[in-house]
Amino acid sequence: MKRVAVIVVLLIGLLLAWAVRDFPSWGDPHAPASSSPVSSHFISSTGVDTEVPNMVTAVLADYRGFDTMFETVVVFIAGLAVVSILRGGPRRRTRDREFVVNFEPDLIVTNTVRLIVPVIQIFAFYVLAHGHVSPGGGFQGGVAMGASFILIALSWDLKTALARFPLDRCFTVAALGIVIYAGIGLLSMFLGGEFLDYAHLAEAFPVSPEMARYHAMLGVEIGVGFTVTAIMFALYASLSTDGRMRDGL
Amino acid sequence: MGLELFNTLILSLLVVVAILSLYVRDLVVSAVIFGIYSFLMCLLWAEMGAVDVAFTEATVGAGVSTVVLIATVFNLKRKAKD
Amino acid sequence: MFEEGSIFTQLLVERLNYFIYVVLLLIGLWAMIAKNNLIKKLIGMSIFQTAIILFYVSIGVKEGATIPIYLPEHDPHASHGSAEHNDAAVSGPQVLEVSEVSGYTNPLPHVLMLTAIVVGVATLGLALSICLRIYRGYGTVEEDDLLLKLEQEDSRNAGGFKKRRPRKRPSSTKASSGAAQAVSSEKSKSDRAGQGNRRSRSKSPAKKTQSSSTSDGKKPARRRPRPKKPKERDS
Repeated sequence: MKRVAVIVVLLIGLLLAWAVRDFPSWGDPHAPASSSPVSSHFISSTGVDTEVPNMVTAVLADYRGFDTMFETVVVFIAGLAVVSILRGGPRRRTRDREFVVNFEPDLIVTNTVRLIVPVIQIFAFYVLAHGHVSPGGGFQGGVAMGASFILIALSWDLKTALARFPLDRCFTVAALGIVIYAGIGLLSMFLGGEFLDYAHLAEAFPVSPEMARYHAMLGVEIGVGFTVTAIMFALYASLSTDGRMRDGL
Repeated sequence: MGLELFNTLILSLLVVVAILSLYVRDLVVSAVIFGIYSFLMCLLWAEMGAVDVAFTEATVGAGVSTVVLIATVFNLKRKAKD
Repeated sequence: MFEEGSIFTQLLVERLNYFIYVVLLLIGLWAMIAKNNLIKKLIGMSIFQTAIILFYVSIGVKEGATIPIYLPEHDPHASHGSAEHNDAAVSGPQVLEVSEVSGYTNPLPHVLMLTAIVVGVATLGLALSICLRIYRGYGTVEEDDLLLKLEQEDSRNAGGFKKRRPRKRPSSTKASSGAAQAVSSEKSKSDRAGQGNRRSRSKSPAKKTQSSSTSDGKKPARRRPRPKKPKERDS
C-alpha cells in the first residue's frame, strides 16, 4: 500500500511540477486571474454600487450572495449531521479514555475566563458589525462568538456551557440565521427585484439604494453569524462527549 | 528582499511542520502541531494581502479546528500506530 | 544546474511558492493514501485543502498592490477620508480608473476561499463524527484493524445468512435481494432491540451519577478509567 502511494504521489507530483512551469510569474498584475473583467469590475465599482469600503465583504454578501447563502446552509447541514450521527445508537460499555480529567473546575482558570468571555463576545460583535470597513464579517465574528462558549465549556464543564446555550436552542439559532438571510432575499424579491437584490429594499426603507445594499449586507452577515456561532458550539459539544452531551472534556 | 526572505522561511517551515504533524504518533501532539501549521498559513496569507482569509484562518483553523480535533481524540485512543 | 532558463531555476527560484504548494499537496495526498490512522488521514486531508486554498489566494496577488480595502482617497464615505481628500469625496464615490484598479489585490479568490475555510471546518467535524461512530462500533480507528474486523463481521453474517434462509418476506420479488433484505432487516431489528435495552438500562445509572455528583462533587466517580474488558460488542 505504501509503495503504491509513493508511486502515485510522485507521478502526480511530476505532472503538477510540469504544470507549474506554465503559471504566470509571481505577483504579475497582468495574470489572467487579475486582469479578468469580473475582478476589475468588483474593484472599480464596489464603492459606487454599495458604498462598502471592504471589497471582500461586498463581494461575499452582495455580488455573490447566493453562493454565501448556500455555504451557510452547508455549515448548518454539517452541524445537523454531526449531532444526528453521534446521538443514539449502540455504545461501547468499556471505554478506555487515556485522558485523566480533573473534575473540579480550577479557581484561577474559571475566574480568568469569567473576565475574558465578555471581552471576546464584544469583540465578536465588533468584528461582525465592523466587517464592512475592516477585515471581518459574519463568519469570523460567528466563530469568535462560538469560541467564547467553547471556552466556557473547557474551563468549567460542558454542563455549564449547555445551561447557557442548550443544544436545541443551538439549532433554533442556526435555523434563524438562515431564515434571516433568506428572508432578506425574499423581501427584496417581494419589493420588485430579484432574489437577494438588495437595492430594491430602498423602496420600503427611507434610504438610497446604495445604503440599502450596505445595510442589507449587515443583516445578511448577522444571519451568517448566528448560524456559524451555533454550529461551532454544537460541533464541539457533540464531538467532545461522543454525542452523550454530558461529562465531556 | 526582506519580504521574500520571510516568505521563503515560512514556506519551508510549513513543509517541516506538515511532515512533523503526520510523523508524530501521539494524536494530541499531532493536533497541536496542526494548529501551528494553521497559524503559519495565516501569517502567509496576511503577508499576501488576503487579510480576510488570514482572519478566518486564525479563528477557524488555529482556533476551532484544533479544539475540535483534540476533543475528538479525547474520545479515541491517543496513540496512533504510525 | 542553476543557469538561466533551466527547469530547476524555473521551479526552485522563480516559482518557489507554487512548487511548495505542490509539495504540501503531495504530503496531504500521501497521508490520505498511506497513513493507517483515520485521524492522521483527516489531518492529511486538511493539509491538502489548505494547499489548494493557498494556491487560490496566491493567484490573486499583484506586485505592489495593497489589501482589498479602499484607501482613504477612494473611500466612499467622506468621514473616513483625510482632510485634504474631502473635496474629492463631496462629489460622491466614483468608478476607479484602470491604473487605480491595479493598486488593489484581486478580492475574488479571497471571497471564494473564505467560505471554503469555514465549510472546511464543518466537513472536518462531520468526518471526525464518523470516526467516533466507527470507534464506537469497532473499537479502533486504525485502518488495518478495521479491515480485519470488517472481514470477521462479514464472515459471521454469511454464517447467519444460511440459517435465516427460510425467513421469507412476502413482498420480495427477487430471491437474492429479498434474502439480503431479510438479513438487513433482521440486523436492524436486533439493533433496535439493543437500543431499547440500552435506553432502559442507562436511565437509572445516569440519574444516580448526577445526584451523587451534585451531593459530593469531589468524587470523580465516573472519571476513573475502568478495567478493560476483553469482550467485544455483540451484534
